[in-house]
Amino acid sequence: MQISALIVFLLLFGLVTLLGFIAAHWRKADLNQLNEWGLGGRRFGGWVTWFLLGGDLYTAYTFVAVPALVFGAGAIGFFAMPYTIIAYPLVFAVLPKLWRIAHRHNYVTGADFIRGRYGSPLLGLLVAITGILATMPYIALQLVGIEVVIAALGFPTSGWVGDVPLIIAFVVLAAYTYTSGLRAPALIAVAKDLLIYITIITAVIVIPVQLGGFDKIFHAVPASKLLLAAPPHGSLGSYSAFATLALGSALALFVYPHVLTGALAADNPRTLARNMAFLPAYSFALGLIALLGFMAIAAGVDKMPEYAGYFRHYSSNFAVPALFMHSFPGWFVGLAFAAIAIGALVPAAIMSIAAANLWTRSVYREYIRPDCTDADEARQAKLVSLVVKFGALVFVLSLPATYAINLQLLGGIWIIQTAPAMAFGLYTRWFHRWALALGWLAGMTMGTWLEIGLQFKGAVYPLHMLGTVVPIYIALLTLIVNIGVGFVLTVVFRALGVANGIDETARAEQRALT
Amino acid sequence: MSTSPAGRVTPRLWWRLLLIFPLVTLLTPWYARATPALVGVPFFYWYLMAWVPVSAVCSGVVYLKTRDLI
Repeated sequence: MQISALIVFLLLFGLVTLLGFIAAHWRKADLNQLNEWGLGGRRFGGWVTWFLLGGDLYTAYTFVAVPALVFGAGAIGFFAMPYTIIAYPLVFAVLPKLWRIAHRHNYVTGADFIRGRYGSPLLGLLVAITGILATMPYIALQLVGIEVVIAALGFPTSGWVGDVPLIIAFVVLAAYTYTSGLRAPALIAVAKDLLIYITIITAVIVIPVQLGGFDKIFHAVPASKLLLAAPPHGSLGSYSAFATLALGSALALFVYPHVLTGALAADNPRTLARNMAFLPAYSFALGLIALLGFMAIAAGVDKMPEYAGYFRHYSSNFAVPALFMHSFPGWFVGLAFAAIAIGALVPAAIMSIAAANLWTRSVYREYIRPDCTDADEARQAKLVSLVVKFGALVFVLSLPATYAINLQLLGGIWIIQTAPAMAFGLYTRWFHRWALALGWLAGMTMGTWLEIGLQFKGAVYPLHMLGTVVPIYIALLTLIVNIGVGFVLTVVFRALGVANGIDETARAEQRALT
Repeated sequence: MSTSPAGRVTPRLWWRLLLIFPLVTLLTPWYARATPALVGVPFFYWYLMAWVPVSAVCSGVVYLKTRDLI
């Protein structure tokens, strides 16, 4: 690796670290309030929200894993496109409404809302624990993304020396998140997104020119990867897998704790709604990033001896780093790698803040220290944000990377089980709290069991239905079971007259809006 | 203006149906093919890319039409 790449990378990383600490003084307020530390005081306007949510939703995993999937498996990896196409309009229908209720009742997390809406600390606890469980491996995956670029920059990767760069990156991240709270990733997100856009726009102009145009690129892709395989007789094949992966991912999006944290930090619900018209700019970038996978095939980077060792170690996750190293001069490789690494730090920071908020509100204040002051609450969240990050670090250093990816798969299946309580809760109080809790249990159990049955090798289950095989994303399948159980048991519990809790959000004005 | 005294939803909220229009992109069999290609990009890929601005316009129109109800 050229020294110029390393210098540019370190300069940008240093600049971003500085931004992270400066952020504590940005829109200065009392950071000993959870609302200020964990949600930036709910004062981010349109532009900052755009950068923050973009920086939050498009993680290092997006930049590395989506093109890696396209590189390795072909067209199926492009499910990320319909996913983002349907996700933003769905988010439009849900999150501005949640924002309004959360603002009125000082809710900081989705679990806060569910606790209040259903009058059930237990349901809030279940949602909070699910959120923390699903977030941990997600943070770990950000680290895997950083690990790949650190290795590509030529740092040693074996022994304890190999862990040092990653540990330094994480200590820095933990320090400014602790000091500045959500303000840090919000400010850094601006730098991150500028770097990402510069990298992507350059890549999709320069690399196709080098490779002789899109025509040549797509011709180099083997037919089996170019299009979804036509389904065999008696099966919906890759078509239903593709569509359900997109739909399931979109439905899981608005219950991920880090997404809610980013959304609730907006200054008003209109800012959020307006952003759904502008966030697709990132989706367009995502589509282009996905195509980098095909460009890597056309460039043949996996057959180049200088990258063979990396591909052995990181498999197709090394496709994009290798493509950049092959196509760009050293200084630009440094910039692109900084974009990927910083692209991992922003969501990692927001995720750790979100998990800390969940713990503090739904466990600490609910069950451990009900009489805690606002300052105690904020202090607890800051400490927990450190615990969460170092937990993820230990996770990555002690387990093979594939394990993190498996747990991330499971995380998606788990988090979607909190969607019924959240989404239905915004529009109706018809569902019974214990029915929702048992629906959650059914979905969690079935999802985990099916995933173990597949030995974590995928997320698509071949469902046999009326003599046809319907390959379906496990998250979506278990969500349907979850809703079914919730529906049937609600009817039962209502018939039996089981108490359904007191809705603390009930107000005439809200009923009028629904 | 947002709701009538009886709590009924205003007709303008029908615009929100536009939010589920992008679900059309889940009809995979319709577009899982290579032709017609656009500047060398197979149909499957450019069709989905073209949906991105359409989805943005859907959200944008709903925003403009129901801004005061959000």
